[in-house]
Amino acid sequence: MSGYRIHRKGERIQRQKPLSFIFDNVRYNAFAGDTLASALLANGVRLIGRSFKYGRPRGIVGFGAEEPNALIQLETGAHTVPDLKATQVELYQGLVAASTTGYPSLDFDYKGLLGKLGRFMPPGFYYKTFMEPVNAWPFYEKYIRKAAGYGRAPVEADPESYDHLHHHVDVLVVGGGAAGLWAATLAGRAGLKTLLVDEQAEAGGWLLTDRRSRIDGLEPTEWLAERLAELDSLPNVSVLTRTTAFALHDGNLVQALELVQDHLPLTERNAALPRQRLHKIRSHQLVLATGAIERPLVFGYNDVPGVMTVAAGHSYLNRYGVAVGREVLLQTQNDAAYDAAFDLAASGVKVTVADARCDGPARWRQDALSRAGIQLLSGHGIARVLGDKTVNGVELVRLDGQRNAATGKGPRLNVDTVLSSGGLTSTVHLFCHNGGRPVWRDDRLSFVCPDEGRDNIACVGAITGRWELDEALAQTHQACLGFLQKAGRATGFLAPKVNGDAISAPRAIFRLPDGKPEGRGAKAFVDYQNDVAAADIHLAVRENYRSVEHVKRYTALGFGTDQGKLSNINGFAIAAEALGKPIAEVGTTTYRPAYTPVTFGALAGAHVGDTFEPRRYTAMQASHDARQAEYETVGQWMRPWYFPKAGEDLHAAVNRECLATRNSVGVMDASTLGKIDVKGPDAREFLNRIYSNAWSKLDPGKCRYGLMLDENGMVMDDGVTACIADDHFHMTTTTGGAARVYSWLERWHQTEWPELKVRFTTTTDHWATVAVVGPNSRKVLQKLCGDINFDPEAFKFMDWRPGTVAGLPARVFRISFSGELAYEINVDANYGRYIWEEVMKAGAEFDITPYGTESMHVLRAEKGFIIVGQDTDGSMSPIDLAMGWAVGMKKPFSFLGKRSLSRSHTGGEGRKQLVGLMPLDAATVLAEGAQILNNTDDTVPAAMQGHVTSSYHSAFLGRSIAMAVLKDGSKREGDTVQVWAHGKSVPAKVVSSVFVDKEGVRQHA
Amino acid sequence: MLRIHCPYCREVREEEEFGYAGEAYIARPAAPEEVDDAVWGDYVFHRKNPRGWHWEQWQHVAGCRKVFVVKRHTVTYEIAGSWTLAEGKALYLSEEQS
Ligand SMILES: [Zn+2]
Repeated sequence: MSGYRIHRKGERIQRQKPLSFIFDNVRYNAFAGDTLASALLANGVRLIGRSFKYGRPRGIVGFGAEEPNALIQLETGAHTVPDLKATQVELYQGLVAASTTGYPSLDFDYKGLLGKLGRFMPPGFYYKTFMEPVNAWPFYEKYIRKAAGYGRAPVEADPESYDHLHHHVDVLVVGGGAAGLWAATLAGRAGLKTLLVDEQAEAGGWLLTDRRSRIDGLEPTEWLAERLAELDSLPNVSVLTRTTAFALHDGNLVQALELVQDHLPLTERNAALPRQRLHKIRSHQLVLATGAIERPLVFGYNDVPGVMTVAAGHSYLNRYGVAVGREVLLQTQNDAAYDAAFDLAASGVKVTVADARCDGPARWRQDALSRAGIQLLSGHGIARVLGDKTVNGVELVRLDGQRNAATGKGPRLNVDTVLSSGGLTSTVHLFCHNGGRPVWRDDRLSFVCPDEGRDNIACVGAITGRWELDEALAQTHQACLGFLQKAGRATGFLAPKVNGDAISAPRAIFRLPDGKPEGRGAKAFVDYQNDVAAADIHLAVRENYRSVEHVKRYTALGFGTDQGKLSNINGFAIAAEALGKPIAEVGTTTYRPAYTPVTFGALAGAHVGDTFEPRRYTAMQASHDARQAEYETVGQWMRPWYFPKAGEDLHAAVNRECLATRNSVGVMDASTLGKIDVKGPDAREFLNRIYSNAWSKLDPGKCRYGLMLDENGMVMDDGVTACIADDHFHMTTTTGGAARVYSWLERWHQTEWPELKVRFTTTTDHWATVAVVGPNSRKVLQKLCGDINFDPEAFKFMDWRPGTVAGLPARVFRISFSGELAYEINVDANYGRYIWEEVMKAGAEFDITPYGTESMHVLRAEKGFIIVGQDTDGSMSPIDLAMGWAVGMKKPFSFLGKRSLSRSHTGGEGRKQLVGLMPLDAATVLAEGAQILNNTDDTVPAAMQGHVTSSYHSAFLGRSIAMAVLKDGSKREGDTVQVWAHGKSVPAKVVSSVFVDKEGVRQHA
Repeated sequence: MLRIHCPYCREVREEEEFGYAGEAYIARPAAPEEVDDAVWGDYVFHRKNPRGWHWEQWQHVAGCRKVFVVKRHTVTYEIAGSWTLAEGKALYLSEEQS
């Protein structure tokens, strides 16, 4: 029997609310207020997991976020959560948890055998052992992966919801221990809008464990209750518990995760509330009161279940009424750990203290020890722990008073539990997330935050190395008055009075010596989660890793889900010793968010499923739905992709749609095209500068296709622009490029040519656009519109006319993206569905056929029309696209990108250029993205000549066609190339990219 | 996440309302055809990319849509101020000369 439940005055569990839970298929009893860890310990369960590399038995070491070993899998199925720390899981009725490690079982682990037989796996073991021969690595990896790792990620969709909440406050206090509570009290009293966040179910921090201190004459928990009551009474103060501030970003932005319902049984959770909530908190003044975490000492077999930190053993006793053992050895190098010895002894536990200091603790503590009947072994350290799956004894050595060395054997003690304290480590993480540097203090034996904090960041309490409560509260008080004064607030508050007890200085010792050279004695673990032992750090240094960042990466020190909260300082200190440098000089590794793991669900919040991104539909959506359109996503737009009839797949539908369009008339919703209204006396000059084409001679009533280049001379967008009036143009852009082009125009106008009198208005959503396409399109338009003369001579290709279509004011453009006779009808977007249905009615006698984006792609590819972003990728100039005709080299103003067209690179040989490809086998449709090779030799590295950009089956031509970019393609017409994809190549002939109606007869009809 | 003051809206707003628009005050050669490839290449491709104070353009895309300049520290992300293009230019030039 190891741990057991005892009654403890002031305990925080609720005896009147018994609970039961299941761990590894066994049912146990516990109480409300327990964590999974305290409940397991109370039930005598010590073996919780197996270690990462050696499969060694491991148990609970800590009592909070610092826990490295006790990673568990919570619940099953869709609710399962991997790798939670048992020390942070609040118990609820019916909770189901399991260990995450152990193969085939926790009790008999295969790696455990390996760890014993293999004796040791040094750092870099995997690299050194398995990297040769290179091609055997996948074989090794398969088996290593099986044995490695911790919990299992859920495979079912998460049934719970998450959300985000933004806060803007005057003061954010992180940490609800004594310092944080006092800071929030002062800020609250001064009238500032204050938020306090604390990671635990109950605020209080160490006040919940501490029984020695008296604050203003009150016991710690009484003072805590008084603080919480006062904060609750202040309307300008809010307190969030179960809320971990896990990241600090620029401008005092803190992200905090609140566990809203994780502490409730699955069946009692409110579906209307999120499981967790991500708080994004902006504060003018940030107060970091994140406290400190006790680190263990490093000694032989310090990982046997039953070895814990003193703070953990102390907290389980005072907070949860759990004695972690019956016979305890408490190993320390400082005074603070003695509080635990007294409380344990008072609860009937047999306690022996080994103190690394030859003089032991302060006089008054030594006297109290004798009164309590606690044996003190000054100048002693643990050489090694005895036992396998649980502690059954320790061997001590006597320590030298000066050097950290053993001078002789010490006694062997029959204890069932070992608690060790190597002093406190300030929780500096948040302070360092966005650039703060901690400083090493030899007197505090920790990296701490500087007293002065940083701009608008105050550091208070143990984060600054103030371990004693009287010092911590005094410093907190001063720091808070500082920022209250700066904010012009009242400062006449009295500091709390705390009893100050004399202490002896701690000993600077991290690794307890066992009298043997490092690596020869019992393994002494520094980082439990990654199985990094003291000898591994020495080995890394011997292998010439000099920077602590490199030592960390080579050994994996501090890489686990605990982020080295217990191990970092011990690791740095051991590295410093091996390097022969002071710790301050070795420094720390970099602290990065998150402080503790955060679920993906919380990060995503409501941005999942239907609310992941807005979906834009055109005004004709209802008509498309009624015709069973399949949609595809284009940017945020949902565009009809194809309109299948019963039994049709994509290919059958597209073949039908394309043939109907080329042979009679098709109709497409073109409303998503970007539209920008360009107006002003200098509109024409602006277009001359922004487009490669010339616009000076475009009369009202005319349209022109324009190419937009970036300053590097590469095509960035295209579209047809219509001249409405001499000072007024209707510009269209690609569907995906609309927002980008709009910004592009504004930026050039505002930054480079503010003297031009021109204005831009985005009108994409204002117009509904129907493209009527095919030889019968004119007849359809004539039925709908009586006031426009559709005679081919009166209304030519690339003209536009205002008129009345189906009774609506309309702009009709005679433009074509298919090579057919075609018209685009633009009306007020509110009439979108009406105009679509009127066109359908008028076209019924010609069997008018709606088509979607897929047929649009085929029709335009048959004509060799490019799609920017598909056939171009930001490295294609107009010349590469054989579109030199759209470049007005004679324009007076040097338009955007013009100069770059004559750069040696852009104008040189060997550029990839747009071509058409015809597979020799007419039935083979090439893969888009396939690489082009000159011959069938595909030995790596093959000389890649280009790639396929667009590829379709053309029903009209009865064969496959493709567009591609090919090195010097303009000179290669007639060549046969090999198109390689998915492990095989097929031959194709290089041809003109215009496959249908090279003379343009159809669109001019 | 930065908080940026828009000199047109005269309000401090969250970074997500703004679009970054590159280094400020890059002069486009007045007569591009008269400069050689090196000068033109410099203009198109080369940026200061300083470790320290940086004059940069931001556009209030979810607000007034104006482009303005911000002087921002690339290491600390501190923002010294924001100005309209015209206001900022005098300050920028005086700093460039010193
Ligand atoms: Zn603005």
